[in-house]
Amino acid sequence: MSKLELRTEGDLHVVVTRRFAAPPEAIYRAHTEAAILQKWLLGPDGWTMPVCISEAWPGGRIRYEWSDGKGAGFYLTGEYKVLEPFSRIVHVERMHLPDATPDNEVETRFEADGTGTLMVMRMTLPDGKTREAMLATGMEYGMEASYARLEGCLE
Amino acid sequence: MNLDSRFAALSDPTRRAILARLALGEATVMELAEPFPMSQPAVSRHLRVLEEAGLITRRVEGAKRPCRLAPEGLTELEQWLGKLRVALEANYARLDAILAEEKENL
Repeated sequence: MSKLELRTEGDLHVVVTRRFAAPPEAIYRAHTEAAILQKWLLGPDGWTMPVCISEAWPGGRIRYEWSDGKGAGFYLTGEYKVLEPFSRIVHVERMHLPDATPDNEVETRFEADGTGTLMVMRMTLPDGKTREAMLATGMEYGMEASYARLEGCLE
Repeated sequence: MNLDSRFAALSDPTRRAILARLALGEATVMELAEPFPMSQPAVSRHLRVLEEAGLITRRVEGAKRPCRLAPEGLTELEQWLGKLRVALEANYARLDAILAEEKENL
């Protein structure tokens, strides 16, 4: 069973809920420390994040650069607004495709849940034009590789 | 048709796999059940959920009721959200592996 829940909230927001088998401190660090982010925030197999700047203080910069190792890539910039270790992060981000998408404000909460963590992430739903631009990156947020794996399972 | 019932229908990996199979063309319950370690009645229950969510349609052909994707089943927004879900799942699965590794090293 999938542990991830994704629902829309009105026309403007997407709320993602996920449980992790580690305490909030570990999940918070995985979302703010560059060396850990570079290991998992990658999208499809084969993509890497050669540049990761995460200045985890209010007003601090965020910059993630992804590469497929074959010359394709794009980047995201943003700023931290609120950091409450180890329970809450508010930041804004925009993707450069290469034009900047509208700012997306993201609130991420981490709550102790037994010995693990319940994460609730609330983000702005991009408009149709932005979604199209995101799909056109070729990275497509990591789904093609996963769909290929799914199809592999059916053969 | 509201998004919530669509997402409830899409939240199950078996149902997503059934939709992936139907993307290749129409199929009978028997054909759909074949790759899964479950009974035909269990697959039929999944098909009922997908049908009620407006994601598939079924027609009658003798004793068979072949299924196909509903052409208007998924809007562009729903497809995008579905792809976002798969992308997030891939990332968080990687994070799970890192957390498990750290635990072992403690």
